[in-house]
Amino acid sequence: MRYAMAIDTKKCIGCGDCVVACQVENKVPEGFCREWIVEAISGTYPNLDLEFRSERCHHCANAPCVRCCPTGSSHIAEGGIVLVDPDKCIGCGACIASCPYDARYPHPDGYVDKCTFCIHKVRKGEQPACVSVCPTNCMYFGDLDDPNSEVSKKVKERKYKRMKTEAGTDPQLYFLI
Amino acid sequence: MEELIISGRMNYKVDPYLHIWGWEIAFYLFVGGLAAGILFFAAFYYLRGKENQFPAAVKWAPMITPFILILGLGALFLDLHNKMNFWRLYTTIRLESPMSWGAWTLMVITPISIIWSSIHIKEIFPNWDWKFEWLEKAIAFFVRHKRPLAWVMAIYSVLLGVYTGILLSAFNARPLWNTSILGPLFLASGLSAGAAVIVLFTKSEIERRWFSKIDILIIGVELFFIIHLFMGLLASTEVQIEAAQLFLDGPYTLPFWIFVVFIGMLVPALLEYLEIKGQKIPVFIPVILILIGNIMLRFIIVYAGQASRYLY
Amino acid sequence: MDSNRREFIKISSLGLGGLMLSGTIFDSVSGSIFNDAVSETMKYIRTPTYCEVCFWKCAGWVTKNEDGEIWKVEGHQDDPHCNGRFCPRGTGGVGMYHDEDRLKQPLMRVEENGKQVYKEVSWDAALDFIADKMKAIAKEHGPESMALFTHGSGGKFLGHMLKAYGSPHITAPSFAQCRGPREVAFYSTFGEGILSPERTDIRDTDCLVLIGSHIGENMHNGQVQEMSQAIDKGATIITVDPRFSTAASKSKYWLPIKPATDMALLLAWINVIINEEWYDKEYVEKYAFGFDELKAHVQQYTPEWAYGITTIEPKVIRDTAKEMANASPAVIVHPGRHVTWYGDDTQRLRAVAILNALLGSWGRRGGFYSPEKVSIPSYPHPPYPKAKRTWKDGLEDKFSLATEIISNELCGASIPTKDREFNVKGWIVNGTNLIHTLPDQKKTLEAIQNLDLLVVIDTMPMEITGYADVVLPECTYLERYDAIRNSPHREPVIALRMPAAEPKYNSKPDWWIAKALGIKLGLNEFFKYKNIEAMLDWQLKQVGSSLEEMKKVGVKKYKRKYDDLYLADGQDFEFSTSTGKIELYSTEMAGSGYAPLPTYTEHAQPPQGFYRLNYGRTPAHTFSRTANNPNLTAIYDENDLWVNPKVAKQWGLKNGQYVWLKNQDGIVSTFSIKVRVTERIRWDSVYMVHGFGHSEKKLSRAFGKGASDTELITNVKLDPEMGGTGMRENFVTFLTEKPELKEAES
Ligand SMILES: Nc1nc2c(c(=O)[nH]1)N[C@H]1C(S)=C(S)[C@@H](COP(=O)(O)OP(=O)(O)OC[C@H]3O[C@@H](n4cnc5c(=O)[nH]c(N)nc54)[C@H](O)[C@@H]3O)O[C@H]1N2
Ligand SMILES: Nc1nc2c(c(=O)[nH]1)N[C@H]1C(S)=C(S)[C@@H](COP(=O)(O)OP(=O)(O)OC[C@H]3O[C@@H](n4cnc5c(=O)[nH]c(N)nc54)[C@H](O)[C@@H]3O)O[C@H]1N2
Ligand code: SF4
Ligand code: SF4
Ligand code: SF4
Ligand code: SF4
Ligand code: SF4
Ligand SMILES: [Mo]
Repeated sequence: MRYAMAIDTKKCIGCGDCVVACQVENKVPEGFCREWIVEAISGTYPNLDLEFRSERCHHCANAPCVRCCPTGSSHIAEGGIVLVDPDKCIGCGACIASCPYDARYPHPDGYVDKCTFCIHKVRKGEQPACVSVCPTNCMYFGDLDDPNSEVSKKVKERKYKRMKTEAGTDPQLYFLI
Repeated sequence: MEELIISGRMNYKVDPYLHIWGWEIAFYLFVGGLAAGILFFAAFYYLRGKENQFPAAVKWAPMITPFILILGLGALFLDLHNKMNFWRLYTTIRLESPMSWGAWTLMVITPISIIWSSIHIKEIFPNWDWKFEWLEKAIAFFVRHKRPLAWVMAIYSVLLGVYTGILLSAFNARPLWNTSILGPLFLASGLSAGAAVIVLFTKSEIERRWFSKIDILIIGVELFFIIHLFMGLLASTEVQIEAAQLFLDGPYTLPFWIFVVFIGMLVPALLEYLEIKGQKIPVFIPVILILIGNIMLRFIIVYAGQASRYLY
Repeated sequence: MDSNRREFIKISSLGLGGLMLSGTIFDSVSGSIFNDAVSETMKYIRTPTYCEVCFWKCAGWVTKNEDGEIWKVEGHQDDPHCNGRFCPRGTGGVGMYHDEDRLKQPLMRVEENGKQVYKEVSWDAALDFIADKMKAIAKEHGPESMALFTHGSGGKFLGHMLKAYGSPHITAPSFAQCRGPREVAFYSTFGEGILSPERTDIRDTDCLVLIGSHIGENMHNGQVQEMSQAIDKGATIITVDPRFSTAASKSKYWLPIKPATDMALLLAWINVIINEEWYDKEYVEKYAFGFDELKAHVQQYTPEWAYGITTIEPKVIRDTAKEMANASPAVIVHPGRHVTWYGDDTQRLRAVAILNALLGSWGRRGGFYSPEKVSIPSYPHPPYPKAKRTWKDGLEDKFSLATEIISNELCGASIPTKDREFNVKGWIVNGTNLIHTLPDQKKTLEAIQNLDLLVVIDTMPMEITGYADVVLPECTYLERYDAIRNSPHREPVIALRMPAAEPKYNSKPDWWIAKALGIKLGLNEFFKYKNIEAMLDWQLKQVGSSLEEMKKVGVKKYKRKYDDLYLADGQDFEFSTSTGKIELYSTEMAGSGYAPLPTYTEHAQPPQGFYRLNYGRTPAHTFSRTANNPNLTAIYDENDLWVNPKVAKQWGLKNGQYVWLKNQDGIVSTFSIKVRVTERIRWDSVYMVHGFGHSEKKLSRAFGKGASDTELITNVKLDPEMGGTGMRENFVTFLTEKPELKEAES
């Protein structure tokens, strides 16, 4: 099983609903976030290009944050979801420094936190909060190993790009272009 | 024109640039390197049978290592956001994680440094008394097995020295750190610091000249590493080149070239050279300068490294 | 109190001895808010509601956490407004409930050693004061002199109260500052309005033409979702916008039109579609009236002519016209929503309506469907007293096509003039921050100074509350029942809003306020129901449901009475226009002395060194109402000023630099605004999001954040047909130095 997320940049409007939903669902403390929006503009008026990307932890298949964790607090759970176990976390910050996407933040309670792919919902057979709220329906979450899952299909049918693959992380967010 | 706007990303520890680590880590790396340097020379010259020729190196300088190592551990502890879980460090050994084996290395070398010091303490304070019978016995035991002890100490001091560099260079997310030269560079600067402290401790002319020579040599090696560091970065991808720019023309240019390279390396090397050539120069001056350069190197690399990023 | 000395009071400056009486003494009169149902209501962990963060009114579920506190609100799967997905504002709606800056107590304006301050009073005292004032006004000036400005659900109950009291003067900014011109134009063309939610069949369209309307930043949920579905299906999107809007970035064609020249483009499109014979002949033949007049009329408006005005190349005009024709009838030339731009807006929307008629999209799949809604009888009450005078008296035949009351005219009618003997004397303002909502602030403030009574019902200490004699804190939509949401859609559908928690502080819902005040006014006959639950249950039972059922299901869909979502092929149909046909040539306009066929009028362009003030929406905010919402300010906490790089260079403006703005009439923005240098905006305009630049200090997150477009909109272009306030002919220039005294004032 390989959980992954595909995000259709042709449909994403950068509305930030996913961010708000994530904050509320996961009670992310004020002043921090688990995901964010990137707006990339190129060209000059009136020949312009605009891409929105909803970004979060890429749940890297080759995750530096897990490798550098001295206590095993950062670990890989089912389907390759990268998680932090707050009880094991000493808050050394190594994983934060190790993430090429700066996807982690130090939770005020001492441990480090980040996107969990909403594993608490996924385990109940639900979709992640950001995916299920997205008004343009431009996010697809599921199992890449299952050829019939929506993600697999999208990744097969569509052109996509992944961010900063040169960092050797083998990220699992697929941005459909 | 390319325009990037990042919204909803609230994380003041990461934006506009990472600052998850402060002076604690820099200090921790400095004392780690210093201790490694001192203990390495101690073990090395003991094994070479130079115990009496280089008493400061083998016996006296090591006396301070237990204290600075504990200071270092203290700094590391201060840096943790979840101090109550500190013990978790010692529930697993994770070889992939420099943090982990670094912690373990300290766990091994700190007691060794204590033992090593205790072995020699009577030579400095002849009428020292261990009070407890079993302690006396324990010391006696180690005196008998001083050679194997020295071997272990040699190996672990090198580990410690390298570790202070690897800890950072393992982060491929931070282009400036992510270079294989950092380990050797930090090891070298640790040794030069060690040598400098020995120079400070010694009363013997031969010993001082010898370690001054070593210092000059190591500084030469360090400069070579530094040049390599930048050549490596500049020859690499965009992010690495940006990282190098931090030092070539960026916020860290002046502090680095002035404090680390000039004041911390060139000047003391020159002074020690003149000193060897018989000029009257108070020993402590080059020593202090080298130590300053050492601290600055750690601080600047720790901070600048966090300013160099992969994304956006 | 001497009414022309109504000082602005910061809610923060509370009087000393405010007495703290809860509303309980009232329970004897009208029952507590949930009466016996309280405990029973509260035991649900998931309760239905519909969102009040904007007027799309998506139905959803409120979920509470282990401790029984409100945790999150999520869309209702069966609701066609949202299909289980809220927009960011709705998702962040919980912030309205949690906001600690909320109004907490009824406040009354009192004189305290020479200074006007607010004093906390009991609901009883506040409502007594209002009732006495209203009786006095009725006696002196007639009940018609009371007006209700309202925007939002609770208005229904207050409106009922006001009509019972004897005044028909109920108005909302959603007409003359918003959709008015569109509704008027479509009524006069098709005999029906666009309504809300819009009847646009975007889901199934093959070509969507957006003129301005920035769907994607404009987050009206259904529209956004269906546009996304259309993108999935590969529909062609054509966006006409001087700014590179989000929608523009999703479009096959972006027409970067010169601002204020859309009419020329529309007329040119009509010209091409007629002359190339690309229009739906049968459809026009069968349903349309005045084709020949139209054809003759538009001959002058060639693409080449339009090119000189709009800067859109003739080829592009033809190509896009062809795209529409190819998709016809599954094509939508979107009428937009906030269309009060340049004063000739009704005429511009007429052109849009005509274009749709030619393309045969009205009443066709992928065009405009015919919505249906349930008819829910209102709770029985005696007939309302007949009003002797109305706002229209003294207007002669100005704005004669207005289908609703014009907010800004009621505002004007509050400023006495010697020739007009009917003046508005008292306002109840509910859920509309008129200071930020009506253009020409000076006029609004002058009107306020001339009132005998100003009551403001709000949830937050917004600017308007500072001018009130009495401020009444309403509880948020998450803490109250409201009228059944009954909206026209593809299928008739109703939704229930019920409280998920007891009202915080000493706040109360509008229905309770309306009833309590009504009873104090002696209008008991109009408020026979024991409490709102009784009323809702009665109403629901009339349409085959019940409060009990709705509490469980939240949303209930009904079958359409007739299968008339679209016109059947060749179906005979009588349009409710005077000719019974689609009026390309409007007899109604002609009859009222307006142009029966839209013509091009030139609008002013910015003078040297000035830039057109363009404004719009940002996805995570609704006007000014969310500017202090903790969840939403977290991702967008101040508006910025979009400036084209060329302009920035010329003025030496840097990204992130703060500037003040001065408009053509010398008005300077109270606060500075952060410059965003971007290619997304034209060099002749600047752009900002509406709803920021709050001057009320009590809004701890919103105070001083960003600038207000409203205060810079002093040049208002009134729409002669319906009185809409054209707001896009204002020009601003930059001040890089902090202007004196201005910021001190605030
Ligand atoms: N997030 C969010 N969504 C909302 C609201 C909100 O407050 N927040 N409010 C809702 C309400 S009540 C309304 S009425 C709607 C309003 O939303 P719309 O109906 O979309 O309002 P517009 O004024 O058409 O949209 C503004 C766009 O018009 C463009 N524009 C400016 N001048 C011109 C011009 O001369 N010609 C053309 N072709 N375009 C021009 C601007 O660049 C901007 O992109 O939004 C609704 N949706
Ligand atoms: N300059 C400028 N003016 C505009 C527009 C623009 O784009 N620019 N847009 C125009 C358009 S399209 C429209 S529709 C109007 C919208 O005009 P308004 O509806 O007046 O918009 P808001 O500024 O959000 O004011 C809403 C008020 O209701 C309060 N409120 C929120 N929830 C509740 C509640 O549950 N109960 C009560 N009692 N009060 C509540 C809020 O605190 C706030 O004071 O503005 C129009 N005016
Ligand atoms: S909610 Fe969907 S459309 Fe909105 S920003 Fe997130 S991904 Fe994009
Ligand atoms: S994105 Fe960062 S945090 Fe997430 S798995 Fe990759 S490295 Fe770890
Ligand atoms: S901060 Fe916590 S999760 Fe991150 S590396 Fe340290 S221990 Fe592991
Ligand atoms: S998957 Fe869950 S945790 Fe991750 S970004 Fe989406 S909502 Fe947040
Ligand atoms: S569109 Fe958004 S704000 Fe408006 S009602 Fe729906 S969810 Fe609420
Ligand atoms: Mo509106």
